[in-house]
Amino acid sequence: METIHSPRFYWTNCACLIALLGLTWGLGYINLGAFNLVLALAISVAKMILIVLFFMHLRGSSRLLHLAAFTGVLWLLLLFLLTMSDYMSRGWVIPPR
Amino acid sequence: MSEIAAAPLLAEQFDDLDQQRAAAKLGMWIFLATEVMFFGGLFLAYTVYRYLHPDVFAEASRHTAVILGGANTGVLLFSSTLMALAVRAAQLDRRKHLVWLLLATALLGIGFMVIKGFEYHHDFIEHLVPGASFVWTGTNRPAAEMFFWLYFAMTGLHAIHVTIGIVLLLILAVRAQRRNFAKGNFMPVEIVGLYWHFVDIVWVFLFPLLYLAGHR
Repeated sequence: METIHSPRFYWTNCACLIALLGLTWGLGYINLGAFNLVLALAISVAKMILIVLFFMHLRGSSRLLHLAAFTGVLWLLLLFLLTMSDYMSRGWVIPPR
Repeated sequence: MSEIAAAPLLAEQFDDLDQQRAAAKLGMWIFLATEVMFFGGLFLAYTVYRYLHPDVFAEASRHTAVILGGANTGVLLFSSTLMALAVRAAQLDRRKHLVWLLLATALLGIGFMVIKGFEYHHDFIEHLVPGASFVWTGTNRPAAEMFFWLYFAMTGLHAIHVTIGIVLLLILAVRAQRRNFAKGNFMPVEIVGLYWHFVDIVWVFLFPLLYLAGHR
């Protein structure tokens, strides 16, 4: 049987998530150039980690579940890495006539 | 009669309830990994087109209804909290709490869909729906239209997931009311909870990408 958390535990997590939402939203009104995207994604990843660890109880779960969760993210990263390395490197080399 | 209605506690292929729960959870996490791939294709399409047309995507993003989108993020985060509390109520075998928390979570899901409806109405009257009635005053209309194709595909696919979640939550509420999840037999609540949190996570990424792509 796994541990049962207090309601305070979940509401604290909720408060953190709402605070992060406020941060994302607020940053949307400030021009930081490329950092708008970087910070927005960083905050989204932070929110995802809070939800996955504490709401979905990955923290305290078996190694097997950690592996299954990590695999999904890993394959997503591979998808992005391979596709974007194609798009971003187009035009680097111009074939000779 | 109630004994017949209750699901069997332990399926014969498992040694004990803990093993059965571990198997169900692993299955759900693997399903969620496939869901990551499912949404991943759309996120990838978004990334490619945003990389190719960053300025048009920033401009198009300013036309979305950020207040409604942001409010919906809050609604989903609250609903996830209630869902987590529902799983806790199931763990503690508190049936009344469980029923109310499941209904409240479903209600927030319905609230999300209602707000989404107002948002789509806004997009419709602003001529942001791709197709013959799409109106774009800036440069590169096709790229702007692509942004809105992706906007509707991604929020639409997400909305389908929310709808499925609402139906599942309502079924769970009825089953909880019928004492189906008593005495540690609450695995379905936990599994639907995982699904609901996943749908929340997808929106957590959709909000900044679609509504705040360009600073306002």
